[in-house]
Amino acid sequence: MEVLIAIAIGTLTACGIYLMLRARTFPVILGLSLLSYAVNLFIFISSRIRLNAAPLITEGGQYSDPLPQALVLTAIVISFGMTAVLVIMALGGYLTSGHDRIDTEDQHADRPEDPIARQIGDQP
Amino acid sequence: MSQLLILPVVLPAVLAGVIILFAGKTLAVQRGISVLGTLALLALAITLIQAPTQAYFLGNWPAPFGIVLMLDGLSALMLLLTASLALIILIHTIRTGWDAKGRHFHALYLFQLMGLNGAFLTGDAFNLFVFFEVLLIASYGLMVHGGGQARIRVGVQYVAFNLLGSTLFLFALATIYSTTGTLNMADLALKLPQIPAEDSALIRVAAVLLMLVFAIKAALVPLQFWLPGTYANAPGPVAALFAVMTKVGAYALIRFGTLVFPTDLPATTTLLANLIYPAALATIAVGAFGTLASRNLPRQIAFAAIGSMGTLLLAVSAFTPPATSAALYYLIHSTLATAALFLISDLARTRRDGLTAALFMIAVIAMAGMPPLSGFVGKLLILDALRTDPLAWAAILLASLLTMIGFARAGSDLFWKSPDTEAPAQSQAAVLLCLTALIALTLAAGPVTTALDQTAQALHNPTAYIAANQLGGR
Repeated sequence: MEVLIAIAIGTLTACGIYLMLRARTFPVILGLSLLSYAVNLFIFISSRIRLNAAPLITEGGQYSDPLPQALVLTAIVISFGMTAVLVIMALGGYLTSGHDRIDTEDQHADRPEDPIARQIGDQP
Repeated sequence: MSQLLILPVVLPAVLAGVIILFAGKTLAVQRGISVLGTLALLALAITLIQAPTQAYFLGNWPAPFGIVLMLDGLSALMLLLTASLALIILIHTIRTGWDAKGRHFHALYLFQLMGLNGAFLTGDAFNLFVFFEVLLIASYGLMVHGGGQARIRVGVQYVAFNLLGSTLFLFALATIYSTTGTLNMADLALKLPQIPAEDSALIRVAAVLLMLVFAIKAALVPLQFWLPGTYANAPGPVAALFAVMTKVGAYALIRFGTLVFPTDLPATTTLLANLIYPAALATIAVGAFGTLASRNLPRQIAFAAIGSMGTLLLAVSAFTPPATSAALYYLIHSTLATAALFLISDLARTRRDGLTAALFMIAVIAMAGMPPLSGFVGKLLILDALRTDPLAWAAILLASLLTMIGFARAGSDLFWKSPDTEAPAQSQAAVLLCLTALIALTLAAGPVTTALDQTAQALHNPTAYIAANQLGGR
C-alpha cells in the first residue's frame, strides 16, 4: 500500500513538473493541477496509512488522524480556486494577445506605450 | 486587549465584503470605506505595537489544537509598516484616479491587507499558508488591475510561479506534520529538538523546502524571475504596495529561522544560513547589475528592490541579534524607499517637472544607501553587524555604487533630456508623505534601533513567545 501511494505521488509530481516546464499556458495549468493532486495525496497520508479506522479516539481501538483530512480539504479548495483564477487569466492573455506562449519577451512586455519606456529605452 | 488582536484580520475582510455587496457602483463610497478602514488599521497597529507579547486563541481552542494569532515585537512592527504604507498608497491611488481604471480595486486592496496582516500575526504554520494564499489571490487581482495585454501575460507568469511555491509549501508542511505531529510554530520550536535522529533528514528536507517557498516570496536569486516583470507591469500604486509583499518572505524567513529552525537545532544547525548567505550575495549582484542595465524606470526600480532584498537577507542569514536588528531597520527603510520610487515613477509618466525630479533624487539617495537618509543608516548597521565578513562589505558597497550610477543615468535621461511636462491634477502628496516617513526614520534612528534591538533579542530567545501559547494548558 505504501509503495503504491508513493509511486502514485511520484508519478503525479514528475508529470506535473514536466508539464510545468512547457512553454504554453495550457500544459502549465495541467501541470500545476497534477502537482496539486500529488500534494493533496501527500498531505492525506502524512498521518500514516490506517485502514478502516474512524477519526475518533475509542477505547483501545485504532483511529485515523483527522487533522490531515481537514488540511487536505483546505488545500483542495485553495488549489481549485487558484487554478480557476489562473485559467481565467490565461484565457484573458490568450484573447488579448492571440497566442498562449508563457514566455514574455522583455522588450515587448515592458509597456511599449509607456513614455518612460520610450524615454529611456530610445536614448542612444 | 487580547480581543484587539483579531481586528487587523477581520476588519479589512468585513469592509471588503461591505464594499462588494453595498457599494459596488459608487466609487466615492468605496474610497471612503477604504480610507476609514486603513486609518483604523493604522490606529490598531499603533495600539498593538505598545502591547506585550500575547496570543489570541481562535474559538478559544487551546494552543496546539486550535489556531493561535501571536503578537510580538516583529508582528507589531510589520503591522505598523503595512498600515502606514497602505494609507500612503491609498492616498496616491485616489489622487491619481488609478482606482477608477478597473472594478473592485478597493475590495481587493482590503483583502490584500487582510492577507498581509494575517500572515504577520498567525502562530500556526498551516494558517500562514492560508494567509499567503489570501494575500496572493488579492494580489493577482490588483496586479492585472486596469488590464492590458502585457500586464495580463506577465500576470499569468506571476500566478504560475506562486502556485508552484504554494505546492512546495504544502509538501513542506505535510513533511513537518508527519514527523512532529504539530503545525503550531511554538509547539514546533519545543518538539523539533526532541525528534529521533532518524527523522532529522526529513526535517532538513522540510526546512529547505520552506526556505525555497519564502525565497520565492522574497525574490532571492535564483527564484527572482517573477519579480521584474510583475513589478514593472503592475499599476504604479500596486507595485508600491508589492514592496511589502517581498518583505512577507523576509518576515517568514526571520520567524522560522529564529523560532522553528534556530541555528542551535541539532537537525538543521546552520543549514538555512549556509544556503541563504550565497543566494543573498547573488541577489545583491543581480539587483545591482539589473539596475544598471534596465532600460525603463519601473523595471529598474524592480531590480533595485531585488538588490535591497539581497542586502536584507544577507543580514538575516547571520542569525545573530545585532544582525537581525539591523535587518529589521533596513526592512522598514527599503519598503518605504521602494514604494516611494514606484509612486514617483507613476507620477513621472505624466508629469516631469523640477519638483518630481527633486523627489526622485531624494528617493534614489535613500534607495542607494547614500548619506544622509535612512538607507545609509540601515546599510551602516548591517555592515557593523557583519564586521568580520569582507565579502559582504564588498558586495553591499559595490552594489550601492552601481545602483547610484544606474539611477543617476535614468534620472538624467528622464528629467534633463526630455521636455518638462506639466500634467494637471497629479498629486505629489503621497510621495511627500512617504519621503517624510523615510526622513523621520532617519532622525529617529536612535530610539528605533533601541526598540529593534529588543525585538531582535526576543526573536533569538523566544521564551516569551512560546510561553504566550500556553502549550501546557491553561
